[in-house]
Amino acid sequence: MTDISYPLYLDLASGLFLLTAVGVLWRHQLSAMIRLFGLQGAALAAMVTILGIHQHSLELIVVAAGLGALRAGLLPYLARRALGDTPAEARETRPVVNVAASLLAAAALTLLAYAVTRPLVALAPSPATAILPAAVAVVLIGFFTLVTRRRALSQVVGFLLLDNGITATAFLAADGVPLIVELGVSFDLLLVVLVLQVLTTRLRTAFGSSDLDELRELHD
Amino acid sequence: MIIAVLLAPIGLPLAAALTYAAVGWHTRTSAWAGVVTTALLAADALSLAVTVTRHGPVQAAGGLIRADALSAWMLLGVAAVALLACWASPAYLSAGHTSPRSARRYGILLHLFIAAMAAAVLAGNLGVLWVAVEATTIVTAFLVGHERSRTALEAAWKYVVICSAAIAIAFLGLVLLYYAARHAGLASDQALDWAALTRHAHQLDPAVTRIAIGLAVLGFGAKAGLVPLHAWLPDAHSQAPAPVSALMSGVLLPVALYAVLRVKAVADPVLGAGYLRTLLAVLALATLALAAVLLIGQRDFKRMLAYSSMEHMGLIALAAAIGSQLAVAALLLHMAGHGLAKTVAFLSSGHILHGHHSSRITDVRALATRMPRLAALFGLAVLALLGFPPAALFASELGIARAGADAGLGWATAAAFALVVAAFAAIAVHTASMLLGPVPAADATTGSLPAAIGAAAAMPLIAGLLGVAALGITLGPVTNLLHAAAAIVGAP
Repeated sequence: MTDISYPLYLDLASGLFLLTAVGVLWRHQLSAMIRLFGLQGAALAAMVTILGIHQHSLELIVVAAGLGALRAGLLPYLARRALGDTPAEARETRPVVNVAASLLAAAALTLLAYAVTRPLVALAPSPATAILPAAVAVVLIGFFTLVTRRRALSQVVGFLLLDNGITATAFLAADGVPLIVELGVSFDLLLVVLVLQVLTTRLRTAFGSSDLDELRELHD
Repeated sequence: MIIAVLLAPIGLPLAAALTYAAVGWHTRTSAWAGVVTTALLAADALSLAVTVTRHGPVQAAGGLIRADALSAWMLLGVAAVALLACWASPAYLSAGHTSPRSARRYGILLHLFIAAMAAAVLAGNLGVLWVAVEATTIVTAFLVGHERSRTALEAAWKYVVICSAAIAIAFLGLVLLYYAARHAGLASDQALDWAALTRHAHQLDPAVTRIAIGLAVLGFGAKAGLVPLHAWLPDAHSQAPAPVSALMSGVLLPVALYAVLRVKAVADPVLGAGYLRTLLAVLALATLALAAVLLIGQRDFKRMLAYSSMEHMGLIALAAAIGSQLAVAALLLHMAGHGLAKTVAFLSSGHILHGHHSSRITDVRALATRMPRLAALFGLAVLALLGFPPAALFASELGIARAGADAGLGWATAAAFALVVAAFAAIAVHTASMLLGPVPAADATTGSLPAAIGAAAAMPLIAGLLGVAALGITLGPVTNLLHAAAAIVGAP
């Protein structure tokens, strides 16, 4: 990879990274959301691989392989298993905010991400930090998905988008946090998804479906 | 030697968890294994407190594990509340007719929870601290959902989703702090070490640090029950088994606020005291206002205790905003006093719940005549929480008020205490309606009095009440520890 094409590849991967997050807001079908999330995991792994090749760092490339296995392989697999035997066309039927408004919100959140990340880019301008706004936009879109979707599984996908965005920020800004923390974070993420998977199963047996509209018993 | 003292608080609860995994939970034998390891943990915390008071901070594993006076104070709090909760667990589980399988899972998860909190207060690195705080969410998820009822599952779901998202936001803050630290020339293994960060604070980029610290405080604050991401707290605390509610309210919330204090110690030299003072004061007042409003119309006594925890965390956040040494000392004393008193309140509320099969305030009447011993314990715990002397909370609230006036935050402190008075009135009215009044006619005719609390089950509750009173009367040997801890994060 030449130095000229390096920013190009990085921009391409980050574009895919952001686009898949917007795609999650656009699609209704839960299985399509999970596919898009898997694709985003692959884009994240590609981004870290490109950084690794550019910096001639074998460690980063190995970490990228691990990230890809976890976020494009294992986590989508677990999410699909949590979908279980619900019909394949299971849909996010009544999101709090409809799709058109969600897409407009995604555009607004992306602009917001560009505005708030200006000090971050200014601290160390480089092709890697230049795409920090895309990573932060994914964090915001993930949070938005989490608060506006009602199906248990779409909330989990929202949480995972949020986490992908944070991981991307970590690698773009500082080549990742120390290895022990990165390991702890990945392990925690895996456990959270497992816990949520068990809870969705139990919720389904207790409530009949995992539409969180049913979760109305606790309030003041 | 010092490595053993530093690792024991994490290793002992892990050993207890392994014991339960291997042999299961048996009421007469292994149920008490956890009490023994937790008592050893308390002894270890005491010896660590003596060491750091005499010789200053100690560390192991290349600074990943470190204890100064502040960590030692927090560890003492964790150990004290954990001891009471473990001591009360056998009585709680046998009263609830828990199946052997879920009792065993309870034992494993409870001790993993204690290990995670001990790891959080002993972490020498903000990243490790984060991992430990997140681990508490994971292990407590199934403890909250222990009863497997619809409401318990709903509470567990909200708890995991909201806390994981909040703590992820805190992690984004730490990532950005790491970015700023690397550009300030810190090596990668030093860049999240709070001691190194505090030393190099003046080299950090202020603009990036401002974003980083704001995110970290919001994230850890959510885990401590501060607005805007507080919605999990009343549900989780009211649905969890009583000893777990006690641990979550008594020490998990303070551990999350401890993380905020560590972050604040890094931030203040870079950004000046004003930034976090404003942020924390706003969060504190909003939390207090919300808790006071929801306490007034409360119908459920476990939720009442949960909102009371939010009220106390709001007050503690206000003390953190004030930030002087007096305020921090009062804050730490308040954490300890609230932890012990809330533990007794939650444990006794668990017995009331078992006796009435309902947590509605209106279903509990004339407790003072029908179950005098339990009513006395619950009533005294609530009085302590309301800040009556000799409880430690009286002294600490006085300290916070004085520090607030001294530091020029008079208006915020006055507003906060007005809200505290509103919450006080609401809790007093609700508790009085549970304890006093004539015996309901239905009970008098059928004579179906709920079982009274046994002497053995009352022991941990009495111990907790004695502890909170003792702390209010004299700090005795821990005075030096408290002052050393306050000096670490408090402005002179």
